[in-house]
Amino acid sequence: MSVNESLLLLVLASSLVPGVIIFFLPESRIRLRTLLNLTGAILKLLLIGYMLWGIQHGQIYILRYNLLLNLELVLKVDALAALFATLSAALWLLTTLYAVGYLERSPHRSRFFGFFSLCVTATVGVAMAGNLFTFFIFYELLTLSTYPLVVHRGTEAAIRAGNIYLIYTLSGGAVLLVAIIWLYSLLGQFEFIYGGVVAVLDSKYSPQLQIIFLLLIIGLGVKAALVPLHGWLPQAMVAPAPVSALLHAVAVVKAGAFGIIRIVYEVYGVEYLQSMNLLIPLAIAASITIIWGSLRALWQSDLKRRLAYSTVSQVSYIILGVSLFSPVSTIGGIVHLVHQGIMKITLFFCAGNYAETLGIHKISEMNGVGWRMPWTSIAFCIAALGMIGAPLTAGYISKLYLNQGAEIADQMWASGVLTVSSLFNATYFLPIMYRFWFKTQPQTWVQERIYARGRWETHGLLLIPPLVSAAATLVAGIFADTDWSPLYWVKLIVKREYLL
Amino acid sequence: MTGALIYACVGAALFVCGVAGLILLPHLLRKILAFNIMGSGVFLMLVGLGQHDNIPDPIPQAMVLTGIVVAVAATALALAFVRRLLYLTSKAQFVANSKSLDQTEEKLITRERNKEGDASK
Amino acid sequence: MSDPIPWLILLPLLWGLLSFLLGVGRGGRLAIVCLVIQLALVALLVGQVVAEKDRYYAVGGWSAPLGIDLHVDGLASVMLLLTHVVILPLGIYARSYFSHNVEGVGYFWPMLGLLLAALNTLFMSADIFNIYVTLELLGLAAVGLVGTAGNTRSILAAIRYLLVTLLGSGVYLAGVALIYGSYGSVALAVLEPLIENEVSVAVFLAAILMLVGLLLKTALFPFHFWLPSAHGGAPTPVSALLSALVIKASFYLILRMWLGLYAPLATIQAAQLLGGLGAVAILWGSIMAFNQTRLKMLAAYSTVAQIGYFFLLFPLITEVGSEAAEIAMQGGVIQLVAHALAKAAMFAAAGVMILSMGKDDIALLSGISSRLPLTLFTFALAGVTLMGLPPTGGFIAKWLLISSAVSSGQWGWVVVMILGGLLSAGYVFKVLRQALLPAAAEMKFRPVNPSLEWPAFLLTFISLSLSFASNNVLNILGAG
Repeated sequence: MSVNESLLLLVLASSLVPGVIIFFLPESRIRLRTLLNLTGAILKLLLIGYMLWGIQHGQIYILRYNLLLNLELVLKVDALAALFATLSAALWLLTTLYAVGYLERSPHRSRFFGFFSLCVTATVGVAMAGNLFTFFIFYELLTLSTYPLVVHRGTEAAIRAGNIYLIYTLSGGAVLLVAIIWLYSLLGQFEFIYGGVVAVLDSKYSPQLQIIFLLLIIGLGVKAALVPLHGWLPQAMVAPAPVSALLHAVAVVKAGAFGIIRIVYEVYGVEYLQSMNLLIPLAIAASITIIWGSLRALWQSDLKRRLAYSTVSQVSYIILGVSLFSPVSTIGGIVHLVHQGIMKITLFFCAGNYAETLGIHKISEMNGVGWRMPWTSIAFCIAALGMIGAPLTAGYISKLYLNQGAEIADQMWASGVLTVSSLFNATYFLPIMYRFWFKTQPQTWVQERIYARGRWETHGLLLIPPLVSAAATLVAGIFADTDWSPLYWVKLIVKREYLL
Repeated sequence: MTGALIYACVGAALFVCGVAGLILLPHLLRKILAFNIMGSGVFLMLVGLGQHDNIPDPIPQAMVLTGIVVAVAATALALAFVRRLLYLTSKAQFVANSKSLDQTEEKLITRERNKEGDASK
Repeated sequence: MSDPIPWLILLPLLWGLLSFLLGVGRGGRLAIVCLVIQLALVALLVGQVVAEKDRYYAVGGWSAPLGIDLHVDGLASVMLLLTHVVILPLGIYARSYFSHNVEGVGYFWPMLGLLLAALNTLFMSADIFNIYVTLELLGLAAVGLVGTAGNTRSILAAIRYLLVTLLGSGVYLAGVALIYGSYGSVALAVLEPLIENEVSVAVFLAAILMLVGLLLKTALFPFHFWLPSAHGGAPTPVSALLSALVIKASFYLILRMWLGLYAPLATIQAAQLLGGLGAVAILWGSIMAFNQTRLKMLAAYSTVAQIGYFFLLFPLITEVGSEAAEIAMQGGVIQLVAHALAKAAMFAAAGVMILSMGKDDIALLSGISSRLPLTLFTFALAGVTLMGLPPTGGFIAKWLLISSAVSSGQWGWVVVMILGGLLSAGYVFKVLRQALLPAAAEMKFRPVNPSLEWPAFLLTFISLSLSFASNNVLNILGAG
């Protein structure tokens, strides 16, 4: 096994091994557990960073293992995989820090962190999967390992949310499995390749391929929360804040969106889909989701549920960008995968901070909270402005490219959808910000659990992660043109996807 | 119809009777008897069908011997179980449902406790 | 000791009898040692089969027409290896289980020896009468094991099981009589070419009788009525053995005869009928499993459902392209192996939890996740195997079976398999959900010995690694 091959396994092992060890640690070994978690997270980040460097210098990272005669496990890190893996690993590190502070006194922490690490392993596996078979393995592993986190609190509501989550994701997984096996039976064994592999098939197979595409999108759409398959996401918000933050802003929904990217560009090929008229329906489904999610978000009084519906809407930006058939919109879509992740995780961190520090869950309870928790609120405002698409933030870049792409592709209606959605975004975020700073504080907070000590408005480990991710939102927006920004990297990916 | 075939036909009839009895009769002892009739029927079939041209064939005889040994062992095991059941529930029949099963178990436990109580007195 | 075949039959008989004389403690130790030796013997045998294809052995030096031939091919090797890989951890588990003062230890080891001897002989038998004898032996040993606990529930389950198994082998023997009457032989090797030429009424009747007899023992719907009480009522190590291995033995025979002896009779209609019964079994078993309140009954009904899965194999291997049939066959065998490992692990894990709770009740499981994390993990992984989700052997099996169904265009069975997977998720997660709840205040869990937890975990770990080693299993299968 060469160095590059073992690197791929090491990336998986860096979260799997700590996860397995943590399962067997007694609850009281807090330090050892934290040490293991952080070591794993930092190691993973370093390994992926090294691979990023390697990819730029023409290294190829691929590992094939023959399971059966015609069935290979393939792990591969290409530019797209590296993007998603970097995002997951970086946000895992932040979320681990956050979770250590958040769960300081709660029970079952070994179980929690164990499954948390498994989830990250699955997510990185999804990113690195080199063919659909491998992708499916990690995709289902992600479903299984997130379930214990959703029901972690063990309350009635958590159990109900867990049931709904399972019904949606397992059914979606089953549909996906049938679609993948069908595709394998037509094509034999194949890997993800720039430009797609399906075009080689005779045209008599096109009706079958259309049905398979529909099944694939349904299967992946459950996790990507495409309307009407999104029902599990708002329910799953009963999970603890770190889970909502990492898994429902990044890992799970992005695994679905990421899968759709792979299907569109590297299985079917965007040219082929365009010739079969399959891109427009996908774009329409994404647009409906964008509008519907934003609309529903308006009516939510619970902060986390509002954020959840916002996620429903924002993830479909990625799918919209991907399905508009122009390289520029693709840049917008894929870069939003990163930008939305950074911004949404900030918002969830902040929501968790309000709930944990002051016991605030409802938006109506947030009057004047900006003066009690200024740092958290500033972070929240930056991320919310990013969601709206304000200049200088990461969100601006995404929307800029998406809009331009829609123009180039001559699909101005998509541009209209984006504008309407931005208006809705503003309508559901601006009132919250207004409450933060311009309404007077109540006499007592709902349930103040952590008191301010000097400059620390809350627990330090709860404060640093949102500040870092909010800063990242700004940096990704302001320095978008530099050589190390997500945008630069995405441009590289899109060049390859369109075979330019 | 040759003699051998008559044996085989009688065997088949016995076999059917045995199977019907095994399924339909409620009493466990009768079920065990039915099993033995079924077995004998099969043995007759084996011997009868195996006899071509009225020349006795040793192989089915050997097989039937083996079968008889197995049947005796099975009968003994079945009888042992039925005796145990009779001791536990004072009935040699299947108990209708699990509720009444729980009741008999409770009765049994109280009976054994009473015995222990008597012994300690 | 050059040839492992006779020793695989003699050794378990020997230690079975010895352990009766030695008593529970030393008998158990002897059994474990012998199980290790047998595992080595099987490995040796499998090596021989892979190297030189089929292995034949004439008992006592007398070959086919007069004596008894034993025959080991690829499929038999897989089953033998599976049996020993499952039984060794279960043996270690059982030693620890009975040390927790549970009734029924007295006859466990002798019966286990007899059971193992019967199983080994059955897998290697090459004539239909010898198969009858091993079936009876297997049935009697299994019934004895079910009844070892000696309470009303288990005695009733044992008697019902005994009557069913006697009826099954009786019906099977009637089929043997018809075959012998027609052809004057019971050796498979002699019969197969004869039946290929003509199918008389007697042979047709014989095939039906033998099939029904074996179906009764395999507990395919609607013959499943005896299974839940027998598998759910027996002491846990016994339940694991019965569900994992004993059921497989009669299924193995059906598969054997379908492919060999009765291949001319294996029509699409017959295959669809078996597949249809399998589909109903999946549905019915899963729903019943979901409605159970006792953990072991849930696992037992899950076996009813999984047996249905095995029978979906028949429509997939009958009168379809050779490639599709081969893929289906591979999938079916991996399904057999994965289910045996997973179901043994599931029963073993359930047994640990029941010991700890003091009572078999799913509602009491709350809070067990922090008491017995390893055991719960074992149960969960076994459940994932049954659902056919990655990364387990069950997934590989499902992938192959669905691939085969898709390539032969049998979409109905694809739907059944997918639905079956989702339904099994229903009952598995019913247990996991309860276990993840916070503990009730008044609930007291008894501590259990780690030597109970680890063998169960080992079983599920093997089923997990099966997904990476399935190629090796298929190599053994293809050797014959």
